[in-house]
Amino acid sequence: MRITCPLCGDRDRREFYYKGAAVALDRPEPDAGAEAWDEYVFLRDNPAGETRDLWYHADGCGAWLEVRRDTVTHAVLEARLAAEAAR
Amino acid sequence: MAELVAKSPCDGVLPLEIGSVAAREEDLGVITALLPYRAQGAALSERLKAAHGMAFPSPNRATGKAGARAIWAGREQALLLGPAPDPGLADHAALSDQSDAWTAVRLEGEAAEAVLARLVPVDLRGSVFKRGHTVRSQVAHMAGSVTRVGERAFLILVFRSMAATLVHDLKTAMEAVAARG
Amino acid sequence: MRVAGKGLLDRSRSVPFRFDGVRYAGLEGDTLASALLANGVKLVGRSFKYHRPRGILTAGSEEPNALVTIGRGGRRAPNTRATVQEIYEGLEARSQNAWPSLKYDLLGLNDLAAPFLGAGFYYKTFMWPKAFWEKLYEPAIRRAAGLGALSGVPDADRYERAYAFCDLLVIGAGPAGLMAALVAGRAGADVILADEEARMGGRLLAETHTIEGRPGHEWAAEVLDELAAMENVRLMARTTVAGAYDQGTFAALERVGHHRARAEGLPLECFWRIVAKRSVLAAGALERPVAFPDNDRPGIMTAGAVRAYLNRWGVSPGRAVSVFANNDDAHRTARDLVRAGVDVVAVIDSREDAPGSDLFEVHRGAQVVGSVGRLALEAITLRSPAGEARVDTDCLAMSGGWNPSVHLSCHMNARPVWRDDIAAFVPTPGAVPGMIAAGACNGTFATLACLREGAGAARGALEALGMTAPKVDLPAAEEEACRIAPLWAVAGKGRAWLDFQNDVTVKDVKQAAAENYRSVEHMKRYTTQGMATDQGKSSNVSALAVLADATGRAIPETGTTTFRPPYSPIAIAALGAGGQGKGFAPERFTTSHRASVERGAPMIEAGLWYRPGYFPAPGEKTWRQSCDREVSMVREAVGVCDVSTLGKIDIQGPDAGEFLDFVYSNTFSTLKVGRVRYGLMLREDGTVMDDGTTARLGDTHYLMTTTTAAAGEVMRHLDFVSQGLRPELDVRFTSVTEQWAQFAVAGPKSRDLLNGLLDDPLADGDWPFMACGPVKVLGAEGRLFRISFSGEHAYELAVPARFGDSLFRALVARAEGVGGGAYGMEALNVLRIEKGLITHAEIHGRVTAFDAGMGRMVSAKKDCIGKTLSQRPGLLDPERERLVGLKPVGAVKLITAGGHLFEKDAAPVRENDQGYVTSAAYSPTLGHMVALGFLRRGPERRGEVVKMVDHLRGVETLCEVVDPVFFDPKGGRVRG
Repeated sequence: MRITCPLCGDRDRREFYYKGAAVALDRPEPDAGAEAWDEYVFLRDNPAGETRDLWYHADGCGAWLEVRRDTVTHAVLEARLAAEAAR
Repeated sequence: MAELVAKSPCDGVLPLEIGSVAAREEDLGVITALLPYRAQGAALSERLKAAHGMAFPSPNRATGKAGARAIWAGREQALLLGPAPDPGLADHAALSDQSDAWTAVRLEGEAAEAVLARLVPVDLRGSVFKRGHTVRSQVAHMAGSVTRVGERAFLILVFRSMAATLVHDLKTAMEAVAARG
Repeated sequence: MRVAGKGLLDRSRSVPFRFDGVRYAGLEGDTLASALLANGVKLVGRSFKYHRPRGILTAGSEEPNALVTIGRGGRRAPNTRATVQEIYEGLEARSQNAWPSLKYDLLGLNDLAAPFLGAGFYYKTFMWPKAFWEKLYEPAIRRAAGLGALSGVPDADRYERAYAFCDLLVIGAGPAGLMAALVAGRAGADVILADEEARMGGRLLAETHTIEGRPGHEWAAEVLDELAAMENVRLMARTTVAGAYDQGTFAALERVGHHRARAEGLPLECFWRIVAKRSVLAAGALERPVAFPDNDRPGIMTAGAVRAYLNRWGVSPGRAVSVFANNDDAHRTARDLVRAGVDVVAVIDSREDAPGSDLFEVHRGAQVVGSVGRLALEAITLRSPAGEARVDTDCLAMSGGWNPSVHLSCHMNARPVWRDDIAAFVPTPGAVPGMIAAGACNGTFATLACLREGAGAARGALEALGMTAPKVDLPAAEEEACRIAPLWAVAGKGRAWLDFQNDVTVKDVKQAAAENYRSVEHMKRYTTQGMATDQGKSSNVSALAVLADATGRAIPETGTTTFRPPYSPIAIAALGAGGQGKGFAPERFTTSHRASVERGAPMIEAGLWYRPGYFPAPGEKTWRQSCDREVSMVREAVGVCDVSTLGKIDIQGPDAGEFLDFVYSNTFSTLKVGRVRYGLMLREDGTVMDDGTTARLGDTHYLMTTTTAAAGEVMRHLDFVSQGLRPELDVRFTSVTEQWAQFAVAGPKSRDLLNGLLDDPLADGDWPFMACGPVKVLGAEGRLFRISFSGEHAYELAVPARFGDSLFRALVARAEGVGGGAYGMEALNVLRIEKGLITHAEIHGRVTAFDAGMGRMVSAKKDCIGKTLSQRPGLLDPERERLVGLKPVGAVKLITAGGHLFEKDAAPVRENDQGYVTSAAYSPTLGHMVALGFLRRGPERRGEVVKMVDHLRGVETLCEVVDPVFFDPKGGRVRG
């Protein structure tokens, strides 16, 4: 699997560390309530199809990326800096 | 009172010459990590140019020349190699002395590209990776930096503590390439 | 036998080699197979299950029979295909799976037991008596199973891995592949042309086709010369593209050193990862045998292989050759043989409308229904409309048609498409993104059409790459007819082989169907068809056809099994190239490493780092002696320990304080400049991720430390928080772990020791506990931190790493001068346990700040990572397992980490489990073992005696629950 890092270019996924779904960027307010926090920390969808993940270019530039890919076709559709991902 | 004695990272394990390729330790002088603060990138670059003669490098590029070089080293960061950093740079960036943190090796020779093809999962051939180009990637199983500094010469950086591993991996690759004739 | 005037080899270059101890001579360019056939050797192995005598079936990597062992000892390579192994002077090859010899194999008796050894017999026999399975049946089966044997000694060869990148990867260098590479090469694209053979040209080397009026192999050689001269084209011979993966990644195995005697430093194989923007699959096709009774005798080969041996290697595998086929292509074998002066005794074609020939008689609508000859073919039985007849022949060239090599196109979960007109599967277009199939692997068999498709595939790739295709004229070539009529199995008496390597017959497949294993996936596993090292290359389609027939379905309906990488077997050594020995993982050494080793310290692995366990003094025989001494030495005098491996992160910026307040549970924005504070870092689920000390070196400058093990994880976490959660904070950080060599100097004499080295000695009252700042030490700019992991008056002194070795030696020399010295990890651990200080033994991933007795370190005044969930009632329940100290109070003095805690009189079973021990050590300071652990309501149970039971090691100890700070609980020593 290859990911096109916006800074470094096309790289093998072994340079990256996978964290999980990009919803991790939507941190709830401290007082958002138990349900919101439970969902944020413990619950995840498992789509057969398009997913948004967070990958860290650990052996590269050190940027966190939001990667949009398809778990069925294995296509990697888009990778952008997490810092720029509109939230 | 006695003074402390300095040792270099590759003390005792370099130089190495196998086939047409040589690996030598480089003394890069002062190494400073430059990490610009928010919205200070342009100002930093101006100050860097004025003080040291090179602009802040774009991703995957190196500016300056031997003795005073700046290589892009990651997201919004560069390493200044050579001169002690101008104090004015600190107005625009976090500066961190890295002079002792890196193993620096110059790999040179006709087959240097073939040697690196065994270690780095990025295309480093002259047709796409030219002088002044640099990458942050893996060198064997270490995170590192590779910069083309000459027609057949590369500057390889990995953490200081992994010097012996780097030399071992270079040696293995150099032997394998040389044996093919 | 060698045929005069035929073949592409230089007859003057003789090469001696050995097979089963017998010396033979071949020619340079021979494979072991062609050389053996040239010497009249037909018997090369015994089959897997029935130990039937077997000969060479094919001329390529799909060979199922001629598996031999090459070499000896650590260089032994079992299951090497004789059709792939090139001979060289000194080559030693041995047949497999026969004892005591190929000719007289004892286990040939298996063949007599055949009626009992059919499909699925594994599941029906060896069931009774039950006890016999482990003691008798399984060991016996293990000994009998397999073909080649491993040497049992470490592999003496070296292997390498490498990376390559290109615009276009052309897989296969036959006519289609050569044209594709030529067109793309001339367009200036960055091309890699790979072929599994030593010599490129594919079938052009094996056929007598002409291209532009010249022999096909001459045209191929010219094209290759042009390609070799192009700087933008790389030719990779002896390179099998073995797997197609996502985003244009391919695995390829280059056989670098198999074709020659071992050379110093030369890798045997190279495992390539090739990244290609586009690819052309020109992998050719593999011929199908025909499943007729007794079709497996030595001397029965595929018709295309016979042609290859004749035309490329100048060898005829027999003197009286017969041909049996269902297609036009096989007739070329007869024609080429006759023209070469070899006797063709019969051409048998199952089709009523088979073409005739001037050169030989064709038996139309006829079949071979049997064969004779135990160790070598002697005769076949021919059945025609005229009746049955015996034909004396020592070589039968059979052809059931050709299977396009679709494998790579199916590696990403696609299935191929059935074509009735060629009775074969072809690749599904687009099955591998960016890959175009061309030539025989695409079901196109005529030479001119192959050339056209190859050029067309390159043009398609160039267009996708945004490049202009040059005008390349198609050379004139033959457009051979390729008619075929399916013939999947011939009825008759005797077993008809489908899978030669796993000994699977038509009867086995039919039996599977009869027992209701009707899906092709079930048939495969029940019969083991297609599961040998050839992955069913010569049998998949035929077996599928037999299954289809037996279950009354059409072939497309019956389906195919999946093709998975690798296309042909790859040694694990190649996959793991570079990962053996020191290549397994980076080794990280501290600056004091050499000095430690000189002092005889055994080095312990701490992640990738090497750290000294202890420093044995003269006369000390056990680690305990050294460790006990070092602990006392630190508490009574002074000890020096290298702590450089802990992560150090330099943090700067206007928002540095706020950033730290967010990642730590406690507050750092209030820390004064020149002071250090201990901090806890939580995960969002409220558990503790790491702990460390952070120093404030300036208004907007902090230095964070992490544990050695978690340094990388913390850095990643900080990057995530900064980039993903709090991008508005103006803060920058970078690792300085390697920049500084750092040494703990601990003990009552530590200040005196330092004052001997610092340019500006510390006065009394200077540098209170938890102070920090810059210092000059023996001329070098350093930093001093008054922190303690031992509970003694202690410091950590940091200098730029270049001075680390020198400083360590100076510190230790001076320490030894005052009754102190170096101490290692063992003593470090005992000292901290005596003081109840936690490490990742305690912070194991489920422990919270509350559990560790540090609940108050989670500030109530601010949010931080992990804050919300750490306040869940369940995580603040006093009933939780919480940190305690333990000391033995009964007859047994041993406490072990991992032991579980129970009430004194409770049965030590899971239901009564109350906690567990995390760290334990003998304390020379107190004279007994001390331990840390977690116990339900722990802090409230001080004084209680509980029972520790280590079920694994068989230890049971009564322990008193005590304050985890065993020694100097008020901390007077550390603050003094």
